[in-house]
Amino acid sequence: MAFKQIIDSKKLTALFAVLMLAGSNTLMAQATAAAQAEKPGVNWLSVGFYVLLFFIACISIAIIGKVLKVYDLSQQIQGKKGIQWNNIMAILCLVFLVGGLAGAYWDFTEHGTKTLPAAASEHGVKIDAMFLTTSIITMFVAVVTQILLFTFLFKYKHSDKRRAYFLPHNNTIEKVWTIIPAVVLTVLVIFGFFTWQEVENSAEVQGKPAINIDITGKQFAWDLRYAGADGKLGKKNFKLVVGSNKMGLDFQDKNGLDDITADTLVLPVNKTIRLNIFALDVIHSVYMPHFRVQQNAVPGLPTFFKFTPTYTTEEMRAKTENPAFEYTLYCNKICGASHYNMQKVVRVVTEGEYNQWIAKQKLYLTPALRTELKLAAADQNQGITQQQLALNN
Amino acid sequence: MSTLSVHDHGVAHHEDGHEHHHDTFLTKYVFSQDHKMIAKQFLITGITMAVIAMILSILFRIQLAYPDQAFPLMETLLGRFAPEGRLDPEFYLSLVTIHGTIMVFFVLTAGLSGTFSNLLIPLQIGARDMASPFLNMLSYWFFLTACVIMLSSFFIQKGPAGPGWTIYPPLSALPQAMKGSGLGMTLWLISMTLFVASSLMGGINYVSTVLNMRTKGMDLWKMPLTIWAFFLTAILGVLSFPVLVAGVVLLIFDRSFGTSFYLSDIVVAGQVMPFEGGSPILFQHLFWFLGHPEVYIVIMPAMGISSEVMSVNARKPIFGYHAMVYSLIGITVLSFIVWGHHMFITGMNPFLGGVFMITTLIIAVPSAVKTFNWLATLWRGNIRFTPAMLFAIGMVSFFISGGITGIFLGNAALDINLHDTYFVVAHFHLVMGSAAIFGMLAGVYHWFPKMFGRMMDEKLGYLHFWLTFIGAYLVFFPMHFMGLDGVPRRYYAMTEFPAFNQWMSVNLFITWAAIMSAVAQVAFLFNFVHSIFWGKEATQNPWESNTLEWTTPVERLHGNWPGEIPSVYRWPYDYSKPGAEEDYILQTTPLSQTMSSNLPHDFEDNPAGLEAHTKWVNAQKTNEEVK
Repeated sequence: MAFKQIIDSKKLTALFAVLMLAGSNTLMAQATAAAQAEKPGVNWLSVGFYVLLFFIACISIAIIGKVLKVYDLSQQIQGKKGIQWNNIMAILCLVFLVGGLAGAYWDFTEHGTKTLPAAASEHGVKIDAMFLTTSIITMFVAVVTQILLFTFLFKYKHSDKRRAYFLPHNNTIEKVWTIIPAVVLTVLVIFGFFTWQEVENSAEVQGKPAINIDITGKQFAWDLRYAGADGKLGKKNFKLVVGSNKMGLDFQDKNGLDDITADTLVLPVNKTIRLNIFALDVIHSVYMPHFRVQQNAVPGLPTFFKFTPTYTTEEMRAKTENPAFEYTLYCNKICGASHYNMQKVVRVVTEGEYNQWIAKQKLYLTPALRTELKLAAADQNQGITQQQLALNN
Repeated sequence: MSTLSVHDHGVAHHEDGHEHHHDTFLTKYVFSQDHKMIAKQFLITGITMAVIAMILSILFRIQLAYPDQAFPLMETLLGRFAPEGRLDPEFYLSLVTIHGTIMVFFVLTAGLSGTFSNLLIPLQIGARDMASPFLNMLSYWFFLTACVIMLSSFFIQKGPAGPGWTIYPPLSALPQAMKGSGLGMTLWLISMTLFVASSLMGGINYVSTVLNMRTKGMDLWKMPLTIWAFFLTAILGVLSFPVLVAGVVLLIFDRSFGTSFYLSDIVVAGQVMPFEGGSPILFQHLFWFLGHPEVYIVIMPAMGISSEVMSVNARKPIFGYHAMVYSLIGITVLSFIVWGHHMFITGMNPFLGGVFMITTLIIAVPSAVKTFNWLATLWRGNIRFTPAMLFAIGMVSFFISGGITGIFLGNAALDINLHDTYFVVAHFHLVMGSAAIFGMLAGVYHWFPKMFGRMMDEKLGYLHFWLTFIGAYLVFFPMHFMGLDGVPRRYYAMTEFPAFNQWMSVNLFITWAAIMSAVAQVAFLFNFVHSIFWGKEATQNPWESNTLEWTTPVERLHGNWPGEIPSVYRWPYDYSKPGAEEDYILQTTPLSQTMSSNLPHDFEDNPAGLEAHTKWVNAQKTNEEVK
């Protein structure tokens, strides 16, 4: 039992405590010293401390292992059974089940409550309902199967006295647990399919025209364009993109002359918004989780998403009891170095506020761009004349 | 089907030549054509790659936990990739990319299928080696070359590929868009092409070996579930991997030769590019046509291994053997028509999204059947907790926890808000990451005696299991809630969003849980290496298992069996059969030797046998009456 004495030895414990204390102390001292230095170098002492801790952990495990082995052997010599590892594992399974369920419950209460607030859009409510149904069904199945798994492990742990029950198959029960999941999934599929159809349905509703807003993703910002007084957005062509015409508007199309740019995505509440989504360089993704909106922005493939916000930012601030609350739009498809900071504030306001706001926004066609484009327009006219000449010949 | 399996092994002595030739170190350990050695090569390379990928994950987890803190040590280790002791944001993306690539392809495809298909297919079906040992050797060397090329990208100026393991163009096609799309991406594409070549050579070999080289009596319905799983996995790989090569080759064309397969209407870094008419969605279709079967390529061998290990250690036949096989077949077939569920919101036609949603949720049915069958296998078993058994159980637990969230993500309507968030990260790390790794570890602990002739230490195995099992849950469970709050994956830092401040403590917690799980792997690595040289010597059949590999001698001969290859008379799951002497009956034991435990069911296609059985039963009855 020499090992036991080593373990029990107070000297060793004291030594360990001193080591920890000294280590932490030196680390603290180092930390303060490092704070004073201009550029900290590698704190090798700290690295060494952690390496040492790791080795101590390894050695302790080795010692514990040896002690257990010695104990086990001495028991066997005395004609006793020794350590019943199989039973210990069975008990650990049960402990894990209880601890796991408790931990999962705690996590649901602690972090589950920190998730997104209820949807702030019309279609989002349907998605939330779908989510709730799916959660209830799947959580039930998950909890029941995990409980069965770990209780079976505990209950049917090995015993020399009995044999396992020879049960190669049972067609009835197999049919039951094929058909039940199939039925449940069919329900979920049908529910989900119709929700999806409703969300993605692109048909214009009569008498309820959507507000058209263009959003263009590029590394690493979003550009916005609202339709002007005519309510129509002008055409674009990526070949026309230059510094001053960053979306590449084609002013051959007169609809574009009164288009408006903005820095913040301001939306009127309870109006259908049609977000036309573009990307200039790589794939980005327009993600507005509060509205349950997400759609990739793909270069060369214009996409769109139609939704109706139902709460203004002010209402949402009151609902979430967070005076700093803002809706945000951010990129959710890996797009490069600053992917993690490609965001836009979204503000939902009343219709009156929206009209006031939009009246104050600047035209896309700035005077500088206009002078630049006059040249371009002249060039194009020249081109046309040349073509006509060619035809005449 | 059974006609395929009739071979004459009476002439087994032509193998004599093998016993006389002398192996040099080079032919025995390096350019070996023995399936067992190739399996070990795959395993050790796979474990090495797994350790590298794990270290990468710890690096980016540290960044997520301490976004504002500098670690001078990182600069010492990583140089220009971590200036001032902080990870470079582009290098962060490279870490994420290479971690994903290594884990999915190099560890869980090659490391898992490569190891256990190679080891177990010949041993469990009763063959002396693979159908083509030379192709098998080539398969390993292509794999190793792919590994070396992938890792070499850490030593180039701009660093490894960085557009995520899914390498969606245009990001991966435009070197101007990020550093990780430069030379690193080229190396990634070359490495992956070699990898696919390797995996095809392996796959073709596995399929032909299973179909043509089964021993006498080993019809398809007598194969262990491991073999079924490897067989179907190989078919999946052979049919889907070439599509990835097609996608990759077109990407190489777009990158290097100015074609526009995936590119159109692009203005990058202020420069209008000449590409027109391509579609980035096309790449996604090609990628996920492999990519989705790939996750089943990863999980099916783990399922097969777990089924086998659980049956052996519960001392009970696997419940519903036929249902298990049919569900594997169902998964194999369905996995080809679900790829679109990765693309619900990428701009694919929403109608198509609806169709893919239906097929996706259907695939949950065979998965559910498998889970219930595993539970039924444990029910009223006589369970021995070997480390392998614990890992197999862990696999089932992860498969349940992670599979459940697949029902959310497979639903197009719910995917709108969950796509590319931490919810997805949590889902696939549980269901294909942790579950498949646990399946692999179960296999390592279980067949270690077959590979190295020695046993691994049980206690260290227990320690390894519990730390890893608990650690993995601690890491991935809280991530679900981050995803439900709309926290996106592949973000270098959460600091730019005030709303995400509430997750800082969770990030810290996850990182420390990940470090704990990583440190726990030291227990495994030590155990693995130590046991190879100094482990307790194994007996021939240490787990009292039924399958053929345990009838080979401990010494692991080239050619597997010293004499004739044994014939097979029964299915592999006759555990705890009532009336039998032991609680296991080897597949090589003829029914005529186990009269007391035979059931009428054992003679389904054998009327003569059934007659003999009935006669014997009647004789027994009359005997008893006489007494």
